[in-house]
Amino acid sequence: MKNKYLKNVSTLKYMPDKCVGCGMCVNVCPHRVFDIKGSKAEIIDKDSCMECGACAKNCPAGAIEVKTGVGCAYAIIMGKLMGTEPTCDCSNGKSGKCC
Amino acid sequence: MVHFSNKNIPQISTQLTFSDVVNSWKARWGINRMSYILTPGLYAVGNPDSNSPVLVTANYKLTVDTLRKELQDLNAWILVLDTKGINVWCAAAKGTFATNELVNRIAEVKLAEVVSHKSIIVPQLGAVGISAHEVLKDSGFKVTYGPVRAKDIKEFINAGMKATKEMRTVQFNMIDRLVLTPLELTAAIKPSIIVLLLLFLLNFIGIKHFGIKDLYAYLGALIAGCVLTPVLLPWIPGRAFAFKGWLLGLIMASLFLPGENLLHDLGYLLVFPAMSAFYAMNFTGASTYTSFSGVIKEMQYAVPSIILSICVGVIIL
Repeated sequence: MKNKYLKNVSTLKYMPDKCVGCGMCVNVCPHRVFDIKGSKAEIIDKDSCMECGACAKNCPAGAIEVKTGVGCAYAIIMGKLMGTEPTCDCSNGKSGKCC
Repeated sequence: MVHFSNKNIPQISTQLTFSDVVNSWKARWGINRMSYILTPGLYAVGNPDSNSPVLVTANYKLTVDTLRKELQDLNAWILVLDTKGINVWCAAAKGTFATNELVNRIAEVKLAEVVSHKSIIVPQLGAVGISAHEVLKDSGFKVTYGPVRAKDIKEFINAGMKATKEMRTVQFNMIDRLVLTPLELTAAIKPSIIVLLLLFLLNFIGIKHFGIKDLYAYLGALIAGCVLTPVLLPWIPGRAFAFKGWLLGLIMASLFLPGENLLHDLGYLLVFPAMSAFYAMNFTGASTYTSFSGVIKEMQYAVPSIILSICVGVIIL
């Protein structure tokens, strides 16, 4: 059974007029958000986007934008408490938890 | 797992020993988890030559174990990046499994002198931190993204570096979720001690009396949030993790109701499911499909609800 998270939240933005149809976004997306239709990419499942940013980073045409961040409640709480950006850094040194 | 052979390039074994298995089990429970680090650099698997494929990976020992056990009967080069002992996906998100590190490591091991081709295989999840077109521009090596899972690597190579849609998709099946639950439990020890100390304090100053029954209910809430919610995740109604945890917590708490008076029972139902919701919400970080925007939205509703529910519940208990 497929895991589904909240709908209509992803910050993924795609500008088809810039797309060169290389298919890199299809290759790197871990949740099949993109597909190639004809000579261009198309978003086929935006709600599965986890904002990892792999597509934007590997788009040679700069046709994709997404605000990346960690989808981790613990990191967000710690970020709020410490007044820093939420990161996975809870594993560096101190507590040794999470990834 | 590493020994030196000819040409002074360290050799990686494709066999996991008993102690490798024990160590990975310990790491799952958080024991010495951060000490499983491999020296970055170039390693050999089998008897690679200048035509052999180059596989890029992270220097977390569990990551290298997962990769090397899939490489039996294969001749390949392994380029281990310095990710500070973090796995590929998380390191890519943190910026250690990155374009810069890859380009520098290619230069440092003089990869262009070791292989005659200009191709490297980077695990797909590394794409979060690596820009293939920039690597090509800065190093001359063409990045081919390999499958998400190491177990597909042989099939990928045999198919002429082609990945199927299945190989490209991250899964999060019941086994994947189950192996993460021990770390969820160990992570919950600290907040649990704080909760128990607070209860003890309330007992001590004599406002309320918490006993062993309450402790059982607490442990039930902990199991509901840290173990049952992760394991049953896709089958529990709702999408928000906190809601899923709250629902299971409600069922769990109802099993522990003291049934002495209605108000006391209501207190139970306000406190314990909310605790389960909190622990379940923290599993978002271990999951493979939650987005930052999604978790922010979930927390906007969940955090105030959890706090309110616990506070009101403790007052009427």
